[in-house]
Amino acid sequence: MATLTAEPVAARPAPQVRVNRWDSPWLNAKLIIGLIMVLSVALSGVVGGMFWDLRLARVGTSPQDLPPAFVPGGTWAHPLGTENSGRDMLAVLLTGAPRSFRIGLIAATIGLLIGVVLGCLAGFLGGWVDRLILIASDAWITIPSLVVLIVISAFVRQISAETMAVLIAMFAWPGPTRLIRAQVLTLRERGYIRMARLSGANTFDVIFREMMPNMLPYIAASFTGNVSGAILASAGLEALGLGPTRIPTLGMTIFYANQASAVIRGMWWWWGFPFLVLAIIFSGLFLIAIGLDEVANPRLRGLQVKQ
Amino acid sequence: MSGMTRGYVVRRFLMWVLTVWLGATLIFAIPRLAPGDPIAAMVLRMSAQGQIIENSAELIQAWRERFGLDGPWYVQYVNWLRNCMTLDFGYSLTQFPARVWEMIWRALPWTIALLTFAVIITFILGNLIGALLGWRKTPPLLRSLLPLTLTFSSIPPFIFGLLLLFIFAYTLDLFPNQGAYDSRNLQPGLTVEFLASALHHAILPAMAIVLTSMGGWALGMRGMMITTDGEDYMILAQAKGLRTPRLFLRYAVRNALLPQLTALALSLGLIVGGSVLIETYFVYPGVGYLLYYSITNGDYTLMQGIVFILILTTATAVLIIDLLYPLIDPRITFQKR
Repeated sequence: MATLTAEPVAARPAPQVRVNRWDSPWLNAKLIIGLIMVLSVALSGVVGGMFWDLRLARVGTSPQDLPPAFVPGGTWAHPLGTENSGRDMLAVLLTGAPRSFRIGLIAATIGLLIGVVLGCLAGFLGGWVDRLILIASDAWITIPSLVVLIVISAFVRQISAETMAVLIAMFAWPGPTRLIRAQVLTLRERGYIRMARLSGANTFDVIFREMMPNMLPYIAASFTGNVSGAILASAGLEALGLGPTRIPTLGMTIFYANQASAVIRGMWWWWGFPFLVLAIIFSGLFLIAIGLDEVANPRLRGLQVKQ
Repeated sequence: MSGMTRGYVVRRFLMWVLTVWLGATLIFAIPRLAPGDPIAAMVLRMSAQGQIIENSAELIQAWRERFGLDGPWYVQYVNWLRNCMTLDFGYSLTQFPARVWEMIWRALPWTIALLTFAVIITFILGNLIGALLGWRKTPPLLRSLLPLTLTFSSIPPFIFGLLLLFIFAYTLDLFPNQGAYDSRNLQPGLTVEFLASALHHAILPAMAIVLTSMGGWALGMRGMMITTDGEDYMILAQAKGLRTPRLFLRYAVRNALLPQLTALALSLGLIVGGSVLIETYFVYPGVGYLLYYSITNGDYTLMQGIVFILILTTATAVLIIDLLYPLIDPRITFQKR
């Protein structure tokens, strides 16, 4: 689809236009910095395992309550310190961070798939199907998902990361559904879509070959938002002590730190490092979402360009 | 009440009924769909904790009625819906003579006050920042400084709360680290001391919500302002020679704000969910903290009641926003659905 790159370029004033393939809206600083932040955390688990013994994330494998190495009293054997049940913080972070991502990706993907199906159905069929889907998503979005998830986790005692992802996905579909429905409604009346339909393209082709490429930045932005929301929900559940308890996760580490009053005891590294990793993850995803918004909406790309 | 048609009000009200019914059904279904026998697990937990030995027989009976071991599921379901309508959730399992409704009633004002306070500040600040970011005549110095306010906008509020506790409660000792008022020296009431103490206790949790969530509003508002800026009525208003403040507030902000209000209604559920974590980490005696208490102590009647009340409150808040909306944007009721 040539329209994808042609549209933003046309929207810019003449002197700015450079015929250069690096002049793509996809190459904006926010998107790239965000991707680097997110990927570096996501890959740390893969690469980290080669340099650091991840078994140190288990209880009792290290001395207790050690501060980080760069603080008096710390050792380089445990660069980021240890907590009160003898887990090495570095190993905890290296196992926890990728796990959070996995939950986020699984939940957001399921949510997006449901959203694509329902959004296209609503946008294309219209009528009572549209009304039903819209009402359902409006009602569903009003229910405080985290509260319901907390209750579910309280009943399902031994919860696995995958189960949690699926449960979170149950609340991740109304956003994409609304977005895709709105997009389908606006795109449906465009000339090239009518053209495609008149040319005899079937609905499936129209949706996936004609519409999807144009919706891509919107979908990607919504997907990123959902990954972030899912990680937030899982970290929230873990931080209440309701997540998977066997494997260390970032939220669970914060839960234990809070339970052991790490804040009062001055053990800042115990909650501080998970905080930092989560902050990098969320800020990275946030930047990606803003960057994608700018891809989707050329008007957002800086005000100076206008007039 | 111009612009408010009967059809619109009826439609919104039916939406409210649907949401509350959906919530009640979810609460009913969860314990029954959970794998294993949650009821057996609960009995085990309760006896292991040994908290309610004196009244255990009575309690288990009360609680069996709640979760329905007597009668087929549809009878239980109808009973449950009736209990929801009358807000009768029976007795608390862990604090026996106390009724669930009394416990929630004590906690609810704190949550509503904290959230209303925090959400209104967030909404106003976030939209103001966004409006200034998206307005072409904003002084360049201000525009370059404003993005700094978005620094924390993607960090989860409760984790940010830990950081705030560490800095402002423990290191600087400026704010209390828990509670909603100085319960040792003060009695709740309409006294200056009590209100000052309540405000003092609410500042940190509210700050955790405000600083982490205003960025989202600012970005949305910036986008809307930029879109509004290109509209014909803006050019006309400018050509008429209207003053800049009037242009900004009455023409740009007023129109840009409408989708933001819709977004507020849609995000209330998330905000309420997040408050459970905030209240737990700040030991703030609201409904969220009570929910945490009920889960860690296995007080299932209390838990059911709280979840229903939270869903009811959220749906009602959304209904209020929806009903206020036509007053701000009269066009809405003319839309055909």
